[in-house]
Amino acid sequence: MNLDFSPVFADWESLASGALVTIEITAFALLLGCVIGLLVGIGRLNPQRRIVYGLCSLYLLCFRGTPLLVQLFIWFYGLPQFGVKLPAFACGVLGLAMYSGAYVSEIVRGSIQSIDRGQAEAARSLGMSSGQAMRIIILPQALVRMIPPLGNEFIALIKNSALVSLLTIHDLMHEGQKIIAVSYRSLETYLVIALVYLVLTTITTTILRYIEKRLRAGGMVQ
Amino acid sequence: MSTSDMIRIRDLHKSYGSHKVLTGIDFSVPTSQVVVVIGPSGSGKSTLLRCCNGLEVAQEGTIEIDGRALLEHGRLLPEVQLNALRTQVGMVFQSFNLFPHLSVLENVTVGPRTLRGMRRAEADALAKTLLAKVGLQDKTEAMPASLSGGQKQRVAIARALAMEPKVMLFDEPTSALDPELVGEVLQVMKLLAKEGMTMMVVTHEMGFARDVADVVAVMDGGRIIELGAPEVIFTAPRQARTREFLHAVLSAQGSVANALPPAASADAAAAANPLG
Repeated sequence: MNLDFSPVFADWESLASGALVTIEITAFALLLGCVIGLLVGIGRLNPQRRIVYGLCSLYLLCFRGTPLLVQLFIWFYGLPQFGVKLPAFACGVLGLAMYSGAYVSEIVRGSIQSIDRGQAEAARSLGMSSGQAMRIIILPQALVRMIPPLGNEFIALIKNSALVSLLTIHDLMHEGQKIIAVSYRSLETYLVIALVYLVLTTITTTILRYIEKRLRAGGMVQ
Repeated sequence: MSTSDMIRIRDLHKSYGSHKVLTGIDFSVPTSQVVVVIGPSGSGKSTLLRCCNGLEVAQEGTIEIDGRALLEHGRLLPEVQLNALRTQVGMVFQSFNLFPHLSVLENVTVGPRTLRGMRRAEADALAKTLLAKVGLQDKTEAMPASLSGGQKQRVAIARALAMEPKVMLFDEPTSALDPELVGEVLQVMKLLAKEGMTMMVVTHEMGFARDVADVVAVMDGGRIIELGAPEVIFTAPRQARTREFLHAVLSAQGSVANALPPAASADAAAAANPLG
């Protein structure tokens, strides 16, 4: 067995541009997914608000309960039947964000509900509205507890983003497959791609760990 | 002070499912007086207190705070008015409930800054005054996690006072404290009482009730079974249930001899020394 990485390294520019697309798409999806997750997570705090709770639960059920690849294909290949034709990049971002948002919403809800009831009671006793209590007292504390599970979710998102290569998006995976099509060097190419993904996920983990440490040092956590 | 009541409760009923917690409470806290509520656990005293700022909602009855209806025939005030009314009712919890992500100073200023529109400098000055009052002027920059229980509770009192409430509610404020830290919290509460703050206090500290209360209310089984001046409640309680409760609590607190009515003392002595 002989490994020959030279065709892979020869086309490093394609891989770099692919990595950039992967970073862009996951960054947008991550931000959007967090916004969706925050709203849905808060929407699922109170089952007594039936409509909001019901809608948020339905979203969670659908987007967490079906394969990401199927969702991505619906966005890209399915919706045009209704005349909704989004660019591939938008489909990738939306598809990843809606999928990831479902998981983030459960992280958000769990973290908020893990904050002691007494915190909300103390805030409300001062005269704060439920919104003020959430924003000023509960969320800042919940945020710190969200970080470790969010780290997991972000890593999953980066890895899952490889699927958007099937939507004609020229991400890292897609560029790699182009190299293989020409060079037939599958193992070498996939190994290099895997390494690039590993670097991306490691950077993400490091950043989150740093943020968590800063928050803890700032006394956000007992 | 018979002319005005800060808290007035009429015919309050509350139940959790089929379990009745409050069964017809009629009760008031006169302005500038200290009312201490005592009674065995499960008697409904904490629930009663928490009803007075809407943390618990009773199904029937009326609660007025300074003449404003908080609860009217089982209907709680709408959200916006409820929040406004709550700014006038200070609450101190058994488990302190300080905000752990805020410094001691910020714990005290967060209320006035978000709810009374106070500027930072003004709120900081107010907080420092209040923290000095509870003896914690040197802890303003500390985080709650670094404080002892007694210090936490004193910060919690300062936090409530920062809203300049008309009445303070205390829900077993010393029950979570190590015994040697109880005194410093009670001292602050005594100071407030002396300044004329209207207070409703749920506690097991019989000494505090005896020394500071204007009125002692004894609860049992969801109702107030006896109400009177502390010297009457502690020396000549009318209800057998009150005597039993006081006997149990006071013998546990080790002050049987000087606190119990003579008959009960004799019983206690006999119990302590079965051979005598």
